[in-house]
Amino acid sequence: MDFKLSDEQRMLEETVGRLVRDTYTFETRNKILESEQGFSADVWQQFAELGLLGVPFSEEAGGFNGGGAELMVVAEGFGRGLVVEPYLATVVLCGTLVDKLGSDQQKEALIPAIIGGETRLSLALYEPNSRYEHNRVTTSAKKDGEGYVLNGEKAVVINGDSADQLVVIARTSGAEDDRDGLSAFLVDGNAAGVSRRGYPTIDGLRAAEVVLKDVKVGADALLGAEGQAIDALEDSLALGLVALCAEASGAMEVACDQTLEYIKERQQFGVPIGKFQALQHRMVEMRMELEKVRSITMLAACSLNESRELRDKRLAAAKAQVGKSGRRVAEEAIQLFGGMGMMEETPISHYAKRIVMIDHHLGDSEYHFGRLESLLDVE
Amino acid sequence: MDINFTAEEAAFRDEVRAFLKDKLPADISRKVKEHKRLGKEDTVRWQKILNEQGWLALHWPKEYGGTGWSPIQKHIFEEECAEAGAPTVLPFGVNMVAPVIIKFGTQEQKDYYLPRILKSEDWWCQGYSEPGAGSDLASLKTRAVREGDHYVVNGQKTWTTLGQHADMIFCLVRTDPEAKKQEGISFLLIDMNTPGITVRPLITLDGEHEVNEVFFDDVKVPVENLVGEENKGWTCAKYLLTFERTGIAGVGQSKAALAHLKQVAAQQISNGRPLIEDPHFRRRLADVEMELMSLEMTNLRTVAAAEAGGVPGAESSFLKIMGTELRQEITHLFRTAAGPYALPFLNEALHDDFDGNYVGPEFAASVSARYFNFRKLSIFGGSNEIQKNIISKMILGL
Ligand SMILES: Cc1cc2nc3c(=O)[nH]c(=O)nc-3n(C[C@H](O)[C@H](O)[C@H](O)COP(=O)(O)OP(=O)(O)OC[C@H]3O[C@@H](n4cnc5c(N)ncnc54)[C@H](O)[C@@H]3O)c2cc1C
Ligand SMILES: Cc1cc2nc3c(=O)[nH]c(=O)nc-3n(C[C@H](O)[C@H](O)[C@H](O)COP(=O)(O)OP(=O)(O)OC[C@H]3O[C@@H](n4cnc5c(N)ncnc54)[C@H](O)[C@@H]3O)c2cc1C
Repeated sequence: MDFKLSDEQRMLEETVGRLVRDTYTFETRNKILESEQGFSADVWQQFAELGLLGVPFSEEAGGFNGGGAELMVVAEGFGRGLVVEPYLATVVLCGTLVDKLGSDQQKEALIPAIIGGETRLSLALYEPNSRYEHNRVTTSAKKDGEGYVLNGEKAVVINGDSADQLVVIARTSGAEDDRDGLSAFLVDGNAAGVSRRGYPTIDGLRAAEVVLKDVKVGADALLGAEGQAIDALEDSLALGLVALCAEASGAMEVACDQTLEYIKERQQFGVPIGKFQALQHRMVEMRMELEKVRSITMLAACSLNESRELRDKRLAAAKAQVGKSGRRVAEEAIQLFGGMGMMEETPISHYAKRIVMIDHHLGDSEYHFGRLESLLDVE
Repeated sequence: MDINFTAEEAAFRDEVRAFLKDKLPADISRKVKEHKRLGKEDTVRWQKILNEQGWLALHWPKEYGGTGWSPIQKHIFEEECAEAGAPTVLPFGVNMVAPVIIKFGTQEQKDYYLPRILKSEDWWCQGYSEPGAGSDLASLKTRAVREGDHYVVNGQKTWTTLGQHADMIFCLVRTDPEAKKQEGISFLLIDMNTPGITVRPLITLDGEHEVNEVFFDDVKVPVENLVGEENKGWTCAKYLLTFERTGIAGVGQSKAALAHLKQVAAQQISNGRPLIEDPHFRRRLADVEMELMSLEMTNLRTVAAAEAGGVPGAESSFLKIMGTELRQEITHLFRTAAGPYALPFLNEALHDDFDGNYVGPEFAASVSARYFNFRKLSIFGGSNEIQKNIISKMILGL
């Protein structure tokens, strides 16, 4: 057993850490949030130059050949800076799905472009009535000559507003919530029949409602075998969960640090408020929640190669813990900051928002508790 | 023991219900129920309707134009209003400064300010907190120096709720810097249009402009605007803070919110069926309902004690903590109910005049903003930690 990072992992951590510290200041981030696109093309290019966009891809493809631990290190660093660039959508969710399912041709066309920062993708998976169930898909793909015609609606597609290509999960057969019959298609964001309504999310990201109306795609748009996308999709979602847990962990660490610093400085009744035991214990509890999240994130990151069931059990536990502990830390941080914690101009409020809202990405704690319940007997 | 209303009380409740059914404008109650941000006009319109009925000044004695109601009547009225989706009356004038003026003010002050408050001619705000004086209010530094027939005020107030609309502010200011903390403070009424006053907006984490900073730079305030004696302002402040706040538990608000939440949960689909049938979510609703029952009874016990002539003291601290925690929990459940649609944030969709398309179900537009906004409930009005300190000291003798 060894909890230390390898030299390579440490370098990765330092690279991300330096980037976030030096260039991704609170002021810079605020400017990015206000920009038209909602993320910075410059920052994205820096990610590319530093090799961060290649972390989960094989070395042959020009990647870093990273696994769960590498992804964790990167995402934690992003969490510390509340990075809003579309890393999760492009690299973690879509990139790895293309890598898993794509033909050589499809991979050659996309992976180097992702790694080089030239192409951004977004996963069009969830639907207005699916909540967090990734297999509840009504968007249909019907055979049409050589190709397919897609029809349906996709909800809260993260970064779907600006993505060059959408990876659309559509049903080629089966009932609404069958695991079989799901297929993944590459769809150009500006293809005829695709309409996207972009908007900001309360945690600083951008998303879109996507409507597909008689969208015609060729046979070369299909990723992998028809109707067989579920396993690869779940593999990518598993990576996505690790990234989200790690991001939460990084953001919670900063939230705890900033709160600690604040209660040492803020004076009321002639003493720093951190002298009040009522607050000391609250601060201790926040730190405890952080430690739990750190630990279970490591567990999740190191479980990606376990059996699917064990992997899924641990991932469900991790995301549920993040939801529960994250809410607690965020609420306590605001409370200990008093009125200052409520202010848009105080960084802690942005950390609190992201930490709380991570619960709404890829399944909330209720959803993952449910999954955990059903996997309770898996050892 | 009988927990039911007497026939008289029930008749009063019916009278209130009939009035609300008849007079509460549907467009306003819709906005309240749908958690839209209300404009100043909505509040003023409703206050004028209440005043016509003679029901605006709940806590004032009859001779000043108040209701003269008993604690139980006030309670019934506030609960019914909240459940019907009536907007909250702006508390700063009618429920805060007015009782202080009635108790400590001069005849001229009463004659001038009270009718204006009843007619909603002045929009009041509260100038207590300062950057360095939050929970430790008595450490406030805004200075007022007497020069002839006026005070010259210098300093800063902060978190001033709805100060952007205000015509008047009531302030705690330091008039004797040598005296002990609480003893050198005075209670001043200041016209917001006086030269030297600057209001700067503060935006909260939900993107709302609800609070402000107010700066005072050599602001001249006539001495007639002093309420009570110079350096005795703390007495006014304490009177105002401990002033009978029957609505502090927010039972009516929680009831209305829970009813709305159940409606929403019946429409949302989870796992292919209505969310309200999901055993986990249902359990959470049951938990909230249980807490609400306990809170309602605790609140009624306090009201009944007040009816019997008791003065609600530290007990209201219990109600503040329980009530705010419950209201916060309900906002959390709304957020949960919205699922992924809790994420989209269209600030404009929270405004009452929004006529664009919502993203996802309409109720979801405000859930996250409201959840974050409601974090304030455990911070202001004496933070929940300060309330616990009060209970420790006053009730437990620690
Ligand atoms: C089953 C059991 C086995 C034990 N075995 C051993 C043993 O093998 N050897 C041994 O030496 N002792 C042993 N102890 C004793 C144990 O260490 C003491 O009970 C413990 O130190 C607490 O002391 P106390 O019981 O006097 O409670 P107190 O110290 O009087 O504490 C009472 C309460 O006040 C709280 N409290 C006290 N000080 C503070 C503070 N500054 N801030 C906040 N809260 C505070 C405590 O947390 C506790 O809740 C044992 C006790 C138990 C119950
Ligand atoms: C939305 C909003 C609207 C407001 N509107 C108004 C208004 O209209 N007018 C006005 O005058 N003020 C207003 N306030 C200010 C409000 O009253 C203060 O925020 C409140 O008194 C807390 O002060 P603070 O923010 O300085 O926090 P601090 O006093 O600095 O408190 C920070 C943290 O320390 C805790 N703490 C402080 N002292 C102790 C202690 N002794 N023991 C244990 N814990 C302690 C607090 O509970 C809190 O968790 C508003 C605040 C908000 C957020």
